[in-house]
Amino acid sequence: MTAITANHGALAHGGAHEHEHHDDGAKTLLGFWIYLMSDCLIFSGLFATFAVLGHATAGGPGGKELFDLKYVFGETMLLLISSFTFGLAMLNMHAGKRNKVIAWLFVTFLFGAGFVGMEVYEFHHLITVEHAGPSHSAFLSAYFGLVGTHGLHVTSGLIWLLVMMHMVSKFGLNDAVERRLSCLSLFWHFLDLVWICVFSFVYLMGVL
Amino acid sequence: MSSQHGHSAAHKSKLHGSLKSYTVGFALSLILTVLSFGCVMSGAVPQHLVVPGIVAFCVIQLLVQLVFFLHMGTAPEQRDNLSIGVFSLLIIAIVVVGSVWVMHNMNLYMMHPAMQSMSSSIG
Repeated sequence: MTAITANHGALAHGGAHEHEHHDDGAKTLLGFWIYLMSDCLIFSGLFATFAVLGHATAGGPGGKELFDLKYVFGETMLLLISSFTFGLAMLNMHAGKRNKVIAWLFVTFLFGAGFVGMEVYEFHHLITVEHAGPSHSAFLSAYFGLVGTHGLHVTSGLIWLLVMMHMVSKFGLNDAVERRLSCLSLFWHFLDLVWICVFSFVYLMGVL
Repeated sequence: MSSQHGHSAAHKSKLHGSLKSYTVGFALSLILTVLSFGCVMSGAVPQHLVVPGIVAFCVIQLLVQLVFFLHMGTAPEQRDNLSIGVFSLLIIAIVVVGSVWVMHNMNLYMMHPAMQSMSSSIG
């Protein structure tokens, strides 16, 4: 195992002084990428479940009766804009502009929080007004499981955003902070990718 | 990180993206999102083209965001990420296509003839 690790280090850093080499974050980002791919597998399991159970409404309401596409379009826009503003934060990070990084992270947080707020309201509306909670049918269980898992990911992303805003203001843009921001950037864009699949396969195909 | 600062600006912007790449990615994503929702909401698209349209716009938008936001590419530094991503895609395809295929067949063969509609009955 040590031989493999050492060999990998040699490949990644062009062979020279890998043991003395200061970690430039490349390995951390690779590790985080592997985590994201395993997260992808969680979502693929949930998507497969939804694909199998999507029509099993047990006589209850289906997507056609429950989903409001205009509302979902609004949620999608919030998440998409938040992805773009995170990109602006990363550009400012590479330019070393600390205050602008915090400002764009805050804008990203607002859009992300708007998305989570809309989703919580949507769930609340489904459960209390439409009486279509997760226990109503296999379709609704799969729906709440999939969309709820994505929502929880976005919520943890929001907490991470708050932590990073604090770290940038306290420590400035040092190596560790930049590395963590890069990981969060991957995470945030990854959630946007998952949401593209959610609105395409759950909502748009659900109302057909 | 200090050793990284020696890289040229062009090389850096290729790895980290630039304002232009983020803007182009954002604009393309907006257009593709509007097109996907338009497929269903406008009612102008012929019925048999709606599902292929949604799938096509979804795949294109995934690729757009991977390239412009996640900076996926074939540069030597990104090969590891790319190969891990492609491998995950294979596993995802096996999990999703396999589940749908198996369950679809099971529904076809095990359902009572009178319930062939197969939907809305497994609740």
